[in-house]
Amino acid sequence: MTMTQTAKQESAFRSFARSNTAIGALFMLPAAVFLLCFLTYPLGLGVWLGFTDAKIGRDGVFIGLENYEALAGDSVFWMAVSNTVFYTLFASILKFILGLWLALILNENLPFKSFFRAIILLPWVVPTVLSALAFWWIYDAQFSIISWSLIQLGWIDTPINFLGEPNNARASVIAANVWRGIPFVAISLLAGLQTIPQSLHEAASLDGATPWQRFRFITLPMLTPIIAVVMTFSVLFTFTDFQLIYVLTKGGPVNATHLMATLSFQRGIPGGQLGEGAAIAVAMIPFLLASILFSFFGLQRRKWQQGGQD
Amino acid sequence: MSITEQSNAQPLTDDAQGMSYLNRLPRRIVVLYLPLAVFVFVLLFPFYWMAITAVKPNSQLTDYSNFSPFWVVGPTLDHIKYLLFETSYPGWLWNTVVISVCATFLSLAASVFAAYAIERIRFSGSRSVGLMIFLAYLVPPSILFIPLAVIVFKFGIYDTRWALIFTYPTFLIPFCTWLLMGYFRSIPFELEESALVDGASRWQILVRVILPLAVPGMISAGIFAFTLSWNEFIYALTFIQSSENKTVPVGVLTELVRGDVFEWGSLMAGALFGSLPVVILYSFFVDYYVSSMTGAVKE
Repeated sequence: MTMTQTAKQESAFRSFARSNTAIGALFMLPAAVFLLCFLTYPLGLGVWLGFTDAKIGRDGVFIGLENYEALAGDSVFWMAVSNTVFYTLFASILKFILGLWLALILNENLPFKSFFRAIILLPWVVPTVLSALAFWWIYDAQFSIISWSLIQLGWIDTPINFLGEPNNARASVIAANVWRGIPFVAISLLAGLQTIPQSLHEAASLDGATPWQRFRFITLPMLTPIIAVVMTFSVLFTFTDFQLIYVLTKGGPVNATHLMATLSFQRGIPGGQLGEGAAIAVAMIPFLLASILFSFFGLQRRKWQQGGQD
Repeated sequence: MSITEQSNAQPLTDDAQGMSYLNRLPRRIVVLYLPLAVFVFVLLFPFYWMAITAVKPNSQLTDYSNFSPFWVVGPTLDHIKYLLFETSYPGWLWNTVVISVCATFLSLAASVFAAYAIERIRFSGSRSVGLMIFLAYLVPPSILFIPLAVIVFKFGIYDTRWALIFTYPTFLIPFCTWLLMGYFRSIPFELEESALVDGASRWQILVRVILPLAVPGMISAGIFAFTLSWNEFIYALTFIQSSENKTVPVGVLTELVRGDVFEWGSLMAGALFGSLPVVILYSFFVDYYVSSMTGAVKE
């Protein structure tokens, strides 16, 4: 009786050990441990910290929605939210238009095409902080090379105060962000463009389609799925941007360029208010979820276009 | 190899030329070459500016009336010497190398197993695990750094290299796994089936059949992961306190910028030297790099 039972258990164990589930779980183990420890757990902890008054060196106690109530009445926080939205909106639109334009140029029959493709990616390869330092120097209030060139051309009389005046500062950081983001958009869209069969364009032009019509009715529809994904990534990374602002303005002048990420850092780490910082970070999540859902539907559409199921 | 590539490429380029013969040269100049030149100029100018500032003597740095700012007369190595011998810069460079290499290898190892399990072992729930990996890739560091700082402190690895080596995989593993899943998908099932028929175990299949075929994918993922960890900033800024443990981006920004007088020369030299390793790596593996970038988007 017991013998057969153990034998049965043994064989059950063995069949489990041989099953795909067991092997799969074993293979998944290292990645799962890492991600649970350093991704899922902190994500939960961050949400929890948002409901506490934790400070550096002191575990907080649960205080309910107090952090969020404080933020709701905090004009700096709302400024950061609107900055983040505008920053994301303008930077993404510019990145998309310029990136698509560059991709269309690179998709033409050019000499040294792969060389151009390689050097165009450089801004994306170089560490953001280090290229932002170059922009900091380019945007210098006194010795900006842009101001100097424009003065030489006779277009302006005094140097532009790029980072010292709120609206100038906002435009400057957006320009730097666009500079860094164009290559990613352009190269990704270029990969998408190269999958569009030339025969469609030839057929359309035999039917008398103008270049604009070919772009509007062939290129754009064929490219839509990849545009959706690329732009979701771009929006996601722009929305949570931290490095550029931290280097160029540190949120100044007078909090005018704070994004939610930089405000969260400033309140949480140098300010020591871990709870409040976490609450600001958590406030970004709804926006991120919206982008991810957008991406999800973009992917769905891609499947459907390829003739798969919805 | 090159011959087959050429013969394959030939009809493609013919095809790609398509209808561009319809465009006359002047039109091509205005529509293509001019915008391209502007793009290239704008995208590369900051690097030129970085490089020229790094070798400019201080006297020329801000004297735009006597010297053209776009050129340098009598370049100097003073800024670079100062950087290498009078600051902790070489130490930061070494830290960055150690941290990036360790984090990359850790993530790559974990990702190979995970991607193989999700894509080929097909255990129950593997599809939803794959989706979760993708979602994990979308979780940005800027909402994780505060709770991670608390965790890192509790683990007692605050202000050590381990803090970064263990936290960088949070964004590297999802990315590498996602990328390698795509590569494994392109390896034919038949190879594995015949290995199974010959009596190979899962482990043997992975090591002897799949991995050798997935080498290009692993190079792509590895290079990309290395670059991502080299570029990482917010974790390094938050988890590292002491000067000798900093990474290049954090060190240059927090230690070389002092007060109101900026040493632009050494600052730009620091930025230049911090960028060079990734740029050199990138220049050797452009195609792998591009394929990993577009691969992550396409899947």
